[in-house]
Amino acid sequence: MGAVPALGEPSGWSRMYTQGLDVQAADPVSPADEAALERRFQARVDREEKIEPKDWMPARYRATLIRQISQHAHSEIVGMLPEGNWITRAPTLKRKSILIAKVQDEGGHGAYLYSAAETLGITRDQMIEQLLSGKAKYSSIFNYPTPTWADVGAIGWLVDGAAIMNQIPLCRCSYGPYARAMVRVCREESFHQRQGYDIMLQLCRGSAGQKRMAQEALDRWWWPALMMFGPPDATSTHSSDSQRWKIKRFSNDELRQKFVDFTVPQAKFLGISVPDPELRWNAGAQRHEFGAIDWNEFERVLKGNGPCNVERLAERRRAWAQGAWVREAASAYADKQRRRAESCAA
Amino acid sequence: MSGTTPPEQVSKEGAGSSSAVSREWPLYEVFIRARGGLDHKHVGSLHATDARMAIEHARDLYTRRQEGVSIWVVRSSDIAASDPQEAEALFEPARDKVYRHPTFYDIPDEVKTL
Repeated sequence: MGAVPALGEPSGWSRMYTQGLDVQAADPVSPADEAALERRFQARVDREEKIEPKDWMPARYRATLIRQISQHAHSEIVGMLPEGNWITRAPTLKRKSILIAKVQDEGGHGAYLYSAAETLGITRDQMIEQLLSGKAKYSSIFNYPTPTWADVGAIGWLVDGAAIMNQIPLCRCSYGPYARAMVRVCREESFHQRQGYDIMLQLCRGSAGQKRMAQEALDRWWWPALMMFGPPDATSTHSSDSQRWKIKRFSNDELRQKFVDFTVPQAKFLGISVPDPELRWNAGAQRHEFGAIDWNEFERVLKGNGPCNVERLAERRRAWAQGAWVREAASAYADKQRRRAESCAA
Repeated sequence: MSGTTPPEQVSKEGAGSSSAVSREWPLYEVFIRARGGLDHKHVGSLHATDARMAIEHARDLYTRRQEGVSIWVVRSSDIAASDPQEAEALFEPARDKVYRHPTFYDIPDEVKTL
């Protein structure tokens, strides 16, 4: 595949889809004009107006959104794999139907998000290429394995729970298509979290062995779930621009704290314990104190050396390659139908 | 789908083949009528080879929870839209024509059914 066009170039814009219909290649603007445009843009953002695809936006705003939305989309798609692993082995028909519905939702979320990213001038194929080549990142959480059925419960409860925490503020993101996609996603995500907790609840009310299984899944997913909020505020590189542009409304640490405060009582209700000896309630501050996160592990998984990085990408590549003949056949069929319609009309 | 792929196709069409972009399926905009009596409303977009596939995909993508009773799809490239640069010229003139609204007129309370 050809090189990805530099973000913000008119050549990229021409591929924008509808909400960005036929954007005319803009005349080059002087730095003074650029500064004026940027001030006007920031004023609109400050007034909580939504930015739409055809509106002028700083090149870095565009690039930031493309990176964030495409990574978000990739996370949804790769996120289908750890749970898809359990569809054929779900313990009952009811659980199996629920899991299929959930995994299908994740695919849908990926599709909404890819469409939102496309409004910014990147194509679907470019994004897929970036994922398959390993150039694009996706959430590291999906590089952890799901060895037992309880992991499916823990993913729904903790991973989807953390995702909701991150995604709810994104419903108010300054970029219209992203915000609208997130509204849909959040509406559907709540079912995911509740079905996960429901799995955990049933295991914890079951035999000693089932409860142990739930505890072990919590042990495996707790710390990776906390890492989902990203590096500590002090070291986060993308935060300040994103906050000024109202892409990001809360800091990584704020959201992580909120997640811990919400989740600890839920674990307590299940009767299983969070694997953190330093966890305690700070009555003065009205929040939980928790132990240090192993950021070396986070970096290691992010760099491709987690338990399942290789497997996940190999699976996506295999699916893409094996679907090639379907994509080609569908295109060929559509071409044939068009030719026939044209020759009839002629 | 697995197991049915001719191997020569797989090797030819591996990830990142250079012709992938040119064959990307066209984009369609999707409009859903939520209930009888309501307008079709834009809900998003998707890629499909033709209108029929677009409707089938829209059904899977946008109506998994009974969100609709009818679907319209339109090729994105067939939609013409106003230019945001012209928004002021287009929409500003309506601003000072408040007399187009019924509330502009002060009618005495005694006058009924008006």
